[in-house]
Amino acid sequence: MSDVMHRTCAVRPVPRGGRWARACGALTFATVGLLFAIGMPMAPAMAQTAPDTMAARVEACTPCHGNRGEGTSDVYFPRLAGKPSGYLYNQLLAFRSGRRKYPPMNYLLEFLPNAYLQEMADYFADQRPAQPDPAPITVSDDILQRGEALATGGDSAAQVPACASCHGAELTGMEPGIPGLLGLRPNYVSAQLGAWRYGTRTATSPDCMQPVAAKLTEADVTAVAAYLATLPAPENAAPLPKGSYALPFPCGSAPN
Amino acid sequence: MRPMLPQLVIISALAFTAPAVKAQSNTSNTGGDIVARGEYLARVGDCIACHTAPEGQPFAGGRAMQTPFGALYTSNITPDPVTGIGRWTADDFYTTMHTGRFPSGGLLYPAMPFASYTKVTRADSDAIFAYLKSIPPVRQKNRSHDLHFPYDNRELILGWRTLFFREGEFKSDPAKSPEWNRGAYLVDGLGHCGMCHSPINALGGSSQADAFKGGLIPMQNWYAPSLTSNREAGLGDWSLKDITDLLQAGASKRGVVFGPMAEVVHNSLQYLTDEDARAMAVYLKGIAEASPKAPPASSLPGSESSLLISLGKTVYDARCAGCHGVNGEGRPPHWPPLANNQSIDMPSAVNPIRMVLNGGYPPGTRGNPRPYGMPPFAGLLSDNEIAAVVSYIRTSWGNRGMPVSAREANELRAAPLD
Ligand code: HEC
Ligand code: HEC
Ligand code: HEC
Ligand code: HEC
Ligand code: HEC
Repeated sequence: MSDVMHRTCAVRPVPRGGRWARACGALTFATVGLLFAIGMPMAPAMAQTAPDTMAARVEACTPCHGNRGEGTSDVYFPRLAGKPSGYLYNQLLAFRSGRRKYPPMNYLLEFLPNAYLQEMADYFADQRPAQPDPAPITVSDDILQRGEALATGGDSAAQVPACASCHGAELTGMEPGIPGLLGLRPNYVSAQLGAWRYGTRTATSPDCMQPVAAKLTEADVTAVAAYLATLPAPENAAPLPKGSYALPFPCGSAPN
Repeated sequence: MRPMLPQLVIISALAFTAPAVKAQSNTSNTGGDIVARGEYLARVGDCIACHTAPEGQPFAGGRAMQTPFGALYTSNITPDPVTGIGRWTADDFYTTMHTGRFPSGGLLYPAMPFASYTKVTRADSDAIFAYLKSIPPVRQKNRSHDLHFPYDNRELILGWRTLFFREGEFKSDPAKSPEWNRGAYLVDGLGHCGMCHSPINALGGSSQADAFKGGLIPMQNWYAPSLTSNREAGLGDWSLKDITDLLQAGASKRGVVFGPMAEVVHNSLQYLTDEDARAMAVYLKGIAEASPKAPPASSLPGSESSLLISLGKTVYDARCAGCHGVNGEGRPPHWPPLANNQSIDMPSAVNPIRMVLNGGYPPGTRGNPRPYGMPPFAGLLSDNEIAAVVSYIRTSWGNRGMPVSAREANELRAAPLD
């Protein structure tokens, strides 16, 4: 095979040049069985057609995100269920264009039309699987208190607005574009805040998360991520309706 | 470093037939619909795929094309007079399409598929030009190519041209039907199918005799199967309806498109008129050679491969049968059959391995706007399990491919995903 590999010829564009970023071999999938446990009739006598449902259409996503978008054991694979559909749609657009990078997803979405991405977003936004149990506390009380202060009150000296001022008093987010911050694991939250600090994640301009993340120290990131993960799910985890509260400054992805 | 010539003759390769003079298209360019016709033809030529950067303005160029010799950046072909082709005449444009030379006489890199576009008629070239003149101009300077020495010297393109480029418009074959000829004009010309579907000989170009015999696309590690051999993607025993479904919708009862072919369907072939899709199908069916299936020849020792295949069956029944059926019958067209599917058991195992590693969605098209997807298994299965399941599907239910090794599966984990 290697001699074939070294042949030279027509090369079509390779725009992003991406690789499986986060070593795919390292991913863990304790919930793999789930996908296949949904029991499809086996060995049909005559060719059947695939079920005409969204659940069947998003089976390419569920090994990583869970059957109903509840997340999997991999700490970097986010929960999708119940997030505002406008937010999820914005993320799917960003993955499709390569603005937000995760090569396995960039590849899956590359040739899917907007209307269909909207349907996928709606599907996961409408799911209501149970919220995960709060994570066991692994950091000191001081760190947790710092996290709580940032989330609920901000740090005016450092010009960091409270996370709750945008993500909602209950941190459940707001339609159409502000995601809730509950049910996410600390590793994922830290990775996303890091991505904003280093410019690898951006949102539609004005990208209001960027100045927030830029003003956080490494220690702040650890603290707020740890704090968020300890919060129990509120009774109603649904995002608030559009316009429920005013944002401290404008967000391009969340027109008010 | 190897000798200069083989390395120079980089990029593109298309098969040619004899130089010809007679134009294929009789369509005249009078009347107001020349722009609409040009838009259609530009889609058939898939100009937008190469000439648009991700999140960039259509046709403003700047898309990187990675080659083993460095990166090429496509040109701005919007009508901006300073940075685009706004000052070009229809003659200049035809010269570039037909001869692979800039209006100044300089040589284009064959990454621009002029070796195919040379077959395009003057009338069709003029229509594409009229369309490009009608789109919004974008002021964006061309980015200079980033090729390693000595490939940055355009004079070296002469060597490639001598070996592989035959200038000349399409010449129809009077012994064949008008439909066949229309198909040939589109497939060999604007469609530039041979740019991917030709094997690459030692010199890095495709020779005429090898037209459409398939080849591995370097840097991308996808195998573009032969369009002539029925052991690969030759369509000799496909119905015309299955071929047009594959081309226009991206999914058919016989198989689906993925990887680079998904892009071709998404940007280009889904827009074909029913008549042109049928013409292509007639031609593609016509060029398929009747080649009998070779008996399987295992490259692994017998006992090793039977262990592999029994592990493969276990993996398959647990992970794949839900969609592809216990007997590989699938639920066509959305969950494609794996039994009696040439694309699984053809000699190169690159595509089925990559399919299992990366999963995929066929392109969303007018004919299939809500496609079904397959999950990526790279994170779910070990190299050994991937090799086992791919070996199993290549050798079961009447498929007659060869088993693959864990090393082959492992190597393709590093293949780029775009
Ligand atoms: C191989 C595992 C994998 C597959 C398959 C996958 N995803 Fe993801 N997805 C991820 C990871 C990892 C992230 C976070 C990426 C990052 O670091 O920004 C993500 C992020 C997302 C997000 C953004 C979530 C947020 O809160 O910002 C959405 C929406 C999403 N995926 C939807 C999908 C859909 C829809 C599919 C199927 C078409 C899919 N994913 C398939 C792993 C996967
Ligand atoms: C000015 C409003 C604003 C403030 C203040 C704010 N956020 Fe955000 N945040 C947003 C918006 C809008 C998004 C969605 C961006 C997008 O569309 O990608 C977001 C997204 C996020 C995400 C990504 C969620 C996911 O599922 O991937 C995280 C994590 C996050 N914010 C954490 C925080 C934290 C922690 C704070 C407080 C330190 C904070 N945010 C303060 C507006 C804000
Ligand atoms: C496979 C990729 C590819 C496709 C498809 C393609 N081009 Fe190109 N094109 C290129 C590259 C690369 C260049 C730059 C060549 C060079 O610099 O030598 C180029 C250059 C050109 C130029 C020269 C412009 C200038 O000033 O540099 C024109 C005109 C052009 N293309 C028109 C077209 C048209 C019309 C189509 C569709 C019918 C098309 N191209 C399809 C890759 C492509
Ligand atoms: C950018 C490179 C590229 C171009 C250009 C291209 N192809 Fe393909 N094609 C591929 C690859 C790679 C595959 C294998 C993946 C697949 O089967 O979808 C393929 C597969 C196919 C198949 C087999 C599908 C199956 O299920 O067995 C057919 C038929 C085909 N191409 C026809 C065409 C025609 C006709 C054109 C020109 C209009 C064309 N291709 C242009 C790369 C290309
Ligand atoms: C959720 C349903 C689903 C599951 C599970 C699934 N596939 Fe697929 N498979 C698909 C779909 C949909 C496609 C078409 C994807 C595309 O075009 O990008 C496909 C395509 C393929 C192809 C290419 C077919 C062709 O025409 O060339 C192969 C090979 C394949 N699958 C093998 C497997 C194997 C092996 C497994 C188990 C390890 C598996 N699939 C599991 C849905 C599935």
